[in-house]
Amino acid sequence: MNAIELLAAVVLLPFLAAPLAAWSARFNRYAAAWVAGGVTLLALAIFSWLVVLHIGQMPVATSHAWIEAAGLSFGFRLDGLSLLFTGLILVIGLLIVIYARYYLSPNDSMGRFFAYMMMFMGAMLGVVLSENMINLVIFWELTSLASFLLISYWQHRKEARYGARLALAITGAGGLALLGGVLILGHIVGSYELTDVLASGDLIKNHELYAPALILILLGVFTKSAQFPFHFWLPNAMAAPTPVSAYLHSATMVKAGIFLLARFFPALAGTELWVIIVSTAGLITFLLGAYTALFRHDLKGLLAYSTISHLGLITLLFGFGTPLAAVAGIFHIINHATFKASLFMVAGIVDHETGTRDMRRLGGLVKYMPHTAALGMIAAMAMAGVPLFNGFLSKEMFFTESVRVAGDIGPVWLLPILVSLGGLLSVAYSLRFVHDTFFGKPDGDLPKKPHEPPGMMKRPVDLLVVLCLAVGILPALVVGPLLHIAVTGVLQAEPPYYSLSLWHGFNLPLLMSAIALIGGLLLYLNRAPIFRWHARSLAHLDARTVYNRLMELLMRTGAGVTGGLDNGRLSRIVVLTLVFSLIAGLVGYVQTVGLPGVQAALDRGTVEDSGDWVTWLGMLLIIIATLVTVIGHRQRLFALITMSVVGLGVAMIFARFSAPDLAMTQLSVEVVTMILLLLALFYLPQQSRRLSSPSRRWRDAGIATVIGGGIAALTYAIISRPFETISGYFLEHSVPGGGGTNVVNVILVDFRGYDTFGEITVLALAALGIFAMLHNLSLPSSRRDPFGRAWSDDPHPLMLRTFAQIILPLTLLFGIYVFLRGHNEPGGGFIAGLIVASALVAQYMAFGIENTERKLHLPIHGVIGAGILIALGTGLVAMVVGVPFLTSNTWHFTLSLLGEIHLASAIGFDLGVFLVVVGSTMLILLNLGRLTDHAIEHPDYASIEASPADSATRGGRDA
Amino acid sequence: MTDNLISLLVLLPVALAAILAMTGQRAPGLSRGISLAGVAALLAMSLGLLLGGSGNTAQVIELGGWSAPFGIVLVFDRLSGLMVVLTSIVAMLALLYAVRRDEDSAGPHFHALFQAQLFGLNGAFLTGDLFNLFVFFEVLLLASYGLLLHGNGRKRTRAGFHYVVVNLIGSTLFLFAVGALYGTVGSLNLADISLKLPEVAPDAVPIVTTAIFLLFVVFLIKGAAFPLYLWLPGAYGHASIPVAALFAIMTKVGLYSVLRVDSVMLSGNSIGGLVETTALIAPWLLWLGLITLLLAALGVVAGRILRRQVAYLIVASVGTILIALGLVTGSERELAISGALYYWIHTTVLSAGFFLLAGLLMRHRPEAGDGIEAAPPMPHAVLVGSLFFAYAIAMAGLPPLTGFFGKVMILAAAVESPLMAPIFAVVLISGLIMVIALARTGSRLFYQSQATPGHPAHSTPRDARTPMPGLALSIAPLAIATVMVVGAQPLSEWLETTAVQITTPSGYLDAVMPDGILLPETAPGKFGQDYPDYEGGKH
Repeated sequence: MNAIELLAAVVLLPFLAAPLAAWSARFNRYAAAWVAGGVTLLALAIFSWLVVLHIGQMPVATSHAWIEAAGLSFGFRLDGLSLLFTGLILVIGLLIVIYARYYLSPNDSMGRFFAYMMMFMGAMLGVVLSENMINLVIFWELTSLASFLLISYWQHRKEARYGARLALAITGAGGLALLGGVLILGHIVGSYELTDVLASGDLIKNHELYAPALILILLGVFTKSAQFPFHFWLPNAMAAPTPVSAYLHSATMVKAGIFLLARFFPALAGTELWVIIVSTAGLITFLLGAYTALFRHDLKGLLAYSTISHLGLITLLFGFGTPLAAVAGIFHIINHATFKASLFMVAGIVDHETGTRDMRRLGGLVKYMPHTAALGMIAAMAMAGVPLFNGFLSKEMFFTESVRVAGDIGPVWLLPILVSLGGLLSVAYSLRFVHDTFFGKPDGDLPKKPHEPPGMMKRPVDLLVVLCLAVGILPALVVGPLLHIAVTGVLQAEPPYYSLSLWHGFNLPLLMSAIALIGGLLLYLNRAPIFRWHARSLAHLDARTVYNRLMELLMRTGAGVTGGLDNGRLSRIVVLTLVFSLIAGLVGYVQTVGLPGVQAALDRGTVEDSGDWVTWLGMLLIIIATLVTVIGHRQRLFALITMSVVGLGVAMIFARFSAPDLAMTQLSVEVVTMILLLLALFYLPQQSRRLSSPSRRWRDAGIATVIGGGIAALTYAIISRPFETISGYFLEHSVPGGGGTNVVNVILVDFRGYDTFGEITVLALAALGIFAMLHNLSLPSSRRDPFGRAWSDDPHPLMLRTFAQIILPLTLLFGIYVFLRGHNEPGGGFIAGLIVASALVAQYMAFGIENTERKLHLPIHGVIGAGILIALGTGLVAMVVGVPFLTSNTWHFTLSLLGEIHLASAIGFDLGVFLVVVGSTMLILLNLGRLTDHAIEHPDYASIEASPADSATRGGRDA
Repeated sequence: MTDNLISLLVLLPVALAAILAMTGQRAPGLSRGISLAGVAALLAMSLGLLLGGSGNTAQVIELGGWSAPFGIVLVFDRLSGLMVVLTSIVAMLALLYAVRRDEDSAGPHFHALFQAQLFGLNGAFLTGDLFNLFVFFEVLLLASYGLLLHGNGRKRTRAGFHYVVVNLIGSTLFLFAVGALYGTVGSLNLADISLKLPEVAPDAVPIVTTAIFLLFVVFLIKGAAFPLYLWLPGAYGHASIPVAALFAIMTKVGLYSVLRVDSVMLSGNSIGGLVETTALIAPWLLWLGLITLLLAALGVVAGRILRRQVAYLIVASVGTILIALGLVTGSERELAISGALYYWIHTTVLSAGFFLLAGLLMRHRPEAGDGIEAAPPMPHAVLVGSLFFAYAIAMAGLPPLTGFFGKVMILAAAVESPLMAPIFAVVLISGLIMVIALARTGSRLFYQSQATPGHPAHSTPRDARTPMPGLALSIAPLAIATVMVVGAQPLSEWLETTAVQITTPSGYLDAVMPDGILLPETAPGKFGQDYPDYEGGKH
């Protein structure tokens, strides 16, 4: 294995450490810290070794296909830029682990904290080490998710939950935009590998999709790095424990956006669009952050806005688009990471030891914690840009670059003045940080008696502060080589000449620095009136209100749109479905009917066949009956009777067009259905209520008419043209292949026996479903009919009993006859089943359900199951002998008395059909009939009528 | 042998359904055993077939021995095989949960209906015949209606009623469409129709296109696309938990039909030489997908109980898949379809798991159920909360879980499309909306709950001992998702090959109709007669 493959291990190690840390905390809460620290150290060791091995040959990359077709690979890259950031992440990460070990209170779960922190570290390492851009986006989004967990660590606090969701919404949005941008960028270049992308700067900048790609990527950058107008999530993220803030807002999370600016610098920077967007956002953020920081009373709040300001500064530098500005930007990244991490940790110590971070209450701490105060002062001076501290150097470079490009951006005096103003403000807030905390007098008593923290809590800060000084005094020696490597990584070329010395002579930048220092001091000394003015005028402005309103808008839109579309009523669903079908049908029709070829064919006319008057009369009858049903549907019994006219009419039409099987089926189905519906009606009010307004009814009638007309027209169009199907084949093969002369039956049980098999399952399911639904259900019923007359007190009249008894054997015999002749003459299992079922139903009606059940002893569930199994078994026999399911066999022979006989194995299949039909019909009828067996006399029938659902459904466990 | 196995994918569940209808009442323990063994066998058979390479070329079984188009054929290729595997996985999860939490005894015939549902699903996935697809839609409808009402309850009955009415409208439209196609093209077999469409007489062309559009309306009702999805949130949100989990595969029947019918039946060059078929439906799918996705994201925001949010997440995934199926531009079509399939597997398995997780919340938060509101802490709150976090990430399409990868594949395919801008905008913005909504849900369910006074902020060891049956079942889908992420390369390669099979329908057409268009006079009879030495179902 190539050593560079281990780069992936550096990224993955923290992810492995996360569950380990959580698990280890079960045994000892400090074990989690040891795991986290150890793994960080290990990753650092591996990484250093890799750097030593490859220092001369950077950039090096390693890649494994992940989803090749989409351009995604599991690829990592080592160059100057990733080296710098990996170093920052790991080194500062290690210091934070040590610090957090002492910071967290015994109530806080160490396991959870370090697990989240390791996830975050891994995600950050993934971002900065990725070679593949989609791979980068994956880790980018992971940083958002891990930061959500870290910020909401104290989840019982409202502001922690709010801050976490806010950060996730803003940075998550940016991540999605970044994904879009990266996909477009990859499309432009034809590769998602950074090596290819960074080498294709000219191609990208001249591509028509450059602008959308740039804007989407910058959205990712600005949201992550808290650039205006997305800056407001960062102060709210201060609800996190201070070690988290120190880590996320000095070296990692917010620097990811800056990292991306640097990463894509060769590919995207330098165009007019880039300069305008990036430098504007940077400048505004720089000034806004510095201004706001001054007025924060919370130590972490001040640091948060100062972070925003410094991020703006770096963004502005990259926005200049020049190589030298990039050098300054990278240098400031290093410096900012060191002094800002220190300051956050100092703020954490103050909070930890005094119980407050409010600068209005704090003061004079230098007496109680001189060591911490010294650390805070050094770091703050670095932040203010005082000479001999590292912040001074990068700020000088920043001023120099501002002066150099000032002519290109607005009037030549504007930019230097604005950046000096920003510098001035940062001096003022740095002074405030130091003076209000460590000097002066505390306002009343502090929550805790302050003293120095445990030594190990200060060590990380000691180290960083020493670095601030070392860089500030001996820059070329301490940071020179690293800066050179990093800048080479950014520019993907040898960096231009720059000087790291402390003294560049008297020049404009030095003057600007002096103005900033003196002005900042003066501003701080005269702060009282300015604070008052701020409190009166601008203090109430808060970008969060915009966000809150947006969220509220989203919630309201979501509820409004969803509720507006789905009002929970069936009528809405049905109308939408029908209207959409109508539109779809029309679209299908309209887009082809106008074609010249179609028109020509249509002009030739259709088949002339006006039919005979009997048919027309029958159809007229059906139409009238349908209309009457619709109009009178509120009288349920009446509607049922007119509906049966429609059913019988259809049966007659079938008979008229020589389809006796269909006619018989339709007839028997009609009979059974009517019985079922009559039974159901018994439990329902005789009249249904009027449910909709007249205008609504007209609308619905209109829709129904148009759709009905459309379907009629479609049907007419089909039957009025010559027609060719595969039915000739069925006629020809019915006897030789299917063993029957009744083609309809052969189609049902042989050619398309599989369909029939499905359909009998449907029937069986209907029966089982109804059984399940009505099982254990008992409905109240009236002893009186709708007109108030008592039902007959003789439920089983003698005449019915006698008649039913006589008719039973006859019907059964007829059923068997119909079944047997089915394959050759009209008939078959389906019709026979319905006939037998109606005969049995008559028995139940005549003798009562319980009586008949005792007499017949019919295991109905068994009949249904057996029917399906017999039908299935017939088909399976074929599979056993090696032909497909349902392949039938036929025997043709002649018996002396009966003549020629065709016997097909399909008769077994038909038997299954027969049984399922009998069983299902019986099961449904019996269950409906049984409902009254335990029925109770209901005192007031009208109350049932008003709310049938109340009594009809059992209380379920539906939450 | 292979042929028999393929047939058994359909026949085994229906046989078990029949047996369970007989035993279910009397021997609940036995019924559970039979049902579980059946699903395990289905899983084993379907995986065996698929991994054994059976679907690499389309396998055709001519039922009843009648060749297409006269008889009904079963077709097993990679797409149908994948669907059957997916069905078995989801069924396994749902059934185990039902047994573990004793949900199957809430009403009679749960197991019979469950197996019948599998019969309907597998039948629909394997058929090569349009009318037979209708039959299986009916089987599905009846079985799912029975399952939906399982356990009863007023809201459930109401939602079930909406469900069945809308689907009956769909069935009616299906009959119109099939009738119109049979009345003009003269066939019911998908491959045969495909071959015959170019021969349609010019005056029949408008009828055919109308019928095709109506057919896709039916599929989109099943698939739950805008504006036809309104039945779904109610039905899924009120079904019992194992049923809701099983229903995760139900919308996929509609989407499968869209993909199958579009890629086979409309693969011919034209209808009657006048209308191009390849771009007849797809552009509409794209737009409907975009609207569906956006509205579903808003639906997630509006959901007040977790199950309803999950239901809308399913609708959102339907939108995403439709967008991918609507991308017709040449070279990227395979990527779009393989992305759609990746996303397809992801959303089916994970939404089933998400329902199971919602079920745990319902049972273990007695005060609030799965309502999105604060309640006293539930046992295993940290673990359940972490699982929620993982599901939310996956379903909202954030890395490192599967939703992201499917989305990336689809978006990468969409870069070529002239509609790139709206696609990117809708997919990314609705993703963000879902993230925001789910972050809110998680915060309310798991963070606020722990703030209730009188309870410690963190789970206590006592919680760890409270048994929570079914917890492992809601972890399993995440394990599958993890495997899909780690093995994304081989999986996506496999799906790419599958997509090629789908976009190159000649394999399917040749397998079903080896001799091209058959006329009644020249067509062969049954196997047994015309092929005396016929063996094992192969020509």
